[in-house]
Amino acid sequence: MTTSRDEPPLLRLRGITKRFGGLVANDGIDLDLARGEILALLGENGAGKTTLMSILFGHYVADAGTIEVTGADGAAHQLPPGSARAALAAGIGMVHQHFTLAMNHSVLDNVILGTEPLWAWRQDLGAARARLAALIESTGLAVPMDARVGSLSIGEQQRVELLKALYRSAKVLILDEPTAVLTPQQSALLFTTLRRLAQGGLGIVFISHKLEEVMSLAHRVAVLRHGRKVLEVAATGTDKARLAHAMVDRPVELPKALPQPAGAPALELLGVGVAPAAGVEPLVDVDLTVHAGEIVGIAGVSGNGQRSLAGLVAGTLLPDRGSLRLAGAPWPTGGPKALIAEGVGRIPEDRHRQGVVGDMTIWENLALEGYDAPDCRRFGLLDLARFRRRAQALRERYDIRGGGSETPARLLSGGNMQKLILARVLEPGPRLILAAQPTRGLDIGALAEVHRHLLDARARGAAILLISEDLDELMQLADRVAVLYRGKLGPARPRAGLELARLGLEMAGQGPAAADAA
Amino acid sequence: MRLEPRASTAPWLNVAAPLGAALLALLICALPLALAGADVPEAYRLMLAGSVGTRFALTETLTRAAPLILTGLAAAIAFRARLWNIGAEGQLYLGALAAVAVGTGFVPVPGFLLLPLVVVAGALAGALWMLGPAWLRLRFGVDEVVTTLLSNFIVLLFVGMMLEGPLQDPMSLGWPQSAPILDEASLPKLVERTRLHFGLVLALAAAILTWLGIQRTRFGFELRAVGANPDAARFAGIAERRVMLKVALFSGAMAGLAGVGEVAGLKGYLTQDLSPGYGYAGIVVATLAQLGPVSVVASAIFIAGVFVGADSMSRAIGVSSYIANLIVATALLTMLLAGLVTRYRIRR
Repeated sequence: MTTSRDEPPLLRLRGITKRFGGLVANDGIDLDLARGEILALLGENGAGKTTLMSILFGHYVADAGTIEVTGADGAAHQLPPGSARAALAAGIGMVHQHFTLAMNHSVLDNVILGTEPLWAWRQDLGAARARLAALIESTGLAVPMDARVGSLSIGEQQRVELLKALYRSAKVLILDEPTAVLTPQQSALLFTTLRRLAQGGLGIVFISHKLEEVMSLAHRVAVLRHGRKVLEVAATGTDKARLAHAMVDRPVELPKALPQPAGAPALELLGVGVAPAAGVEPLVDVDLTVHAGEIVGIAGVSGNGQRSLAGLVAGTLLPDRGSLRLAGAPWPTGGPKALIAEGVGRIPEDRHRQGVVGDMTIWENLALEGYDAPDCRRFGLLDLARFRRRAQALRERYDIRGGGSETPARLLSGGNMQKLILARVLEPGPRLILAAQPTRGLDIGALAEVHRHLLDARARGAAILLISEDLDELMQLADRVAVLYRGKLGPARPRAGLELARLGLEMAGQGPAAADAA
Repeated sequence: MRLEPRASTAPWLNVAAPLGAALLALLICALPLALAGADVPEAYRLMLAGSVGTRFALTETLTRAAPLILTGLAAAIAFRARLWNIGAEGQLYLGALAAVAVGTGFVPVPGFLLLPLVVVAGALAGALWMLGPAWLRLRFGVDEVVTTLLSNFIVLLFVGMMLEGPLQDPMSLGWPQSAPILDEASLPKLVERTRLHFGLVLALAAAILTWLGIQRTRFGFELRAVGANPDAARFAGIAERRVMLKVALFSGAMAGLAGVGEVAGLKGYLTQDLSPGYGYAGIVVATLAQLGPVSVVASAIFIAGVFVGADSMSRAIGVSSYIANLIVATALLTMLLAGLVTRYRIRR
């Protein structure tokens, strides 16, 4: 830290309380941020991290509590609640998890958007350009200024978001799970930049639920649980176990994959190609075999063909070239229903969009793939009592919390929503399971449960295709890992001989997979 | 003031909100009533008496409600599946046309079969008319709002052509009206010496069957899933297109039935002014009912009552009966507000 102790904090939150109906999202939270400090805000999903930052940024109004920002004059000013404009003016910049960029505009346009008067005879683009160039120079956030944002990589887009905040002379920078979309190398680069910015006097709030990152980057860590601040320590004075315990209030044990022999091939892809089309990521000549009792992991940054690979196995996409085989037999081509009937379980990448019907109840969502079974009808009408009984049993067995069977699925937290999907997919005992980004956005507790269910399925002999951006997850679960880059799939190699750093490079196109592509 | 989504809605609020919305609409419309020079409490008392105050008034309201229930169902079930059928008016006329074609003996059938055939023909005509827009939507992505709306005018002109051509009553002295429907093909009266006919029973049965269909059948399950999240429904293997096609046919059939009731139960013959816009009003009915098949019945009776009551009030104290349109339009707006209140809480 570069600040002295007597200096007033850059940001001072006192007694922030926010209720949503009966739920207390934030409960009397105090938080300080000094100049040049990196504060990590750690907590499970639903712990209140995002709510707290939304209050700070003026998206929500707190029920109680104050926010003070130290202005240029060195005096603390109270921030008017509920005004994003005031937050911006006070020098608070936010980089959302989902970027807020205009994809078809240039980097320069995106950065100056909102800083220039809307109606003017001419824009002084020259000055803005010079200022942005200087900013890029001083921060090392290299991006081509005139490129269309939509043509940039995810890492570059994130840099544009950072530049946007810094261009408005932000003094406080809030980053909401910034590494969720980055490769390990890109993350490391981001951390270097953030450290430099902090040395320059910026205060940074870093929201995350990844312990490694927090330990390596932050000066101080605040842990939220159920809306309360339960721990606040210097990062040097703590360890991962203590933070994990504070986050979930129970010891979390990540399940381990026990070695077991693989069985017969359950899923085979033979020279599969998918032609590029609107909204379809191409695949080129993909060969892959997943055996019974085996988890094969697909590593890679999203957008390199994962969606098409998942679509093929989910039955929503048919290959343009090559063929798929299911347990040695021709691939059922009748779409999802035919696959489900043949014992294929599918966990979709996007829970909200594909996994559940948010406005339908939990029991209806649990029945979404089995509602038309003949034994679910009485006198031609759906046997709702039976659905509800089954839902009750599944809710208990899969520990789905956050509502009764009649609760609309959209009200579930991410973890519980995923458990609902797992219950629906795993209950019929599938022999092949597609798990696309099964723990994306989940906290460590829910993540452990998803892992346990997948490993249980593996133990009883199911073949699992695990598509994930989380290398730690792949290294924990997968028997073999293959890297997908620009539609080409590298060889699936046993986990034992793999290094994280190598995989990271291959995900960025430097390695065997890329060499094949060249 | 800002809105925050509610985690859950109390059951009483789901009942209270629409009632409150109706009352608020009446309250707001007190202003134009007063401006028109009416004694407001007296005007509303007359409206109430004129819509449900006497046996006759009640039967008039229910007579008016019958087609509104059916067109309301047509809109409600289609909108649930995100199929925007704005063509109920045309489907209603086609249903009426088919009923007349069969029911005037144009097609020779034995007497006892005539009435069931009239009903089936009317429903079928409305349903088949939806095939075109549904096919265009599913095959080419053509916006069904446009196609169904425009097809209304095609039907009206076609009906005009038929009424001045093959279906014209030779005894009508040149008026564009059809021959009267045979007695065996007419829907029986429900209450003697009133206009209330069996079409109301048909409408209520349709509402109950629709409710049952949506809540308790595979098709209903699929429809709700497709309507609420087409992506998830598709991922689960629900054949979205087939569901949409069935919804389109069902929606058209309901509107066609409304036409059957009007000619075979009420008027006895077809003219070009059979419907005072029941097809379009069905959209209002369905929206007021928040697309629930059972609440469609309540909402149809409310709207019918407002119109019948306003007519009667207007005859008694001379305020224009356009006030009914005003009340219904205001109720639609207050209902949107009520919907907001049930889903969000308002905070300062």
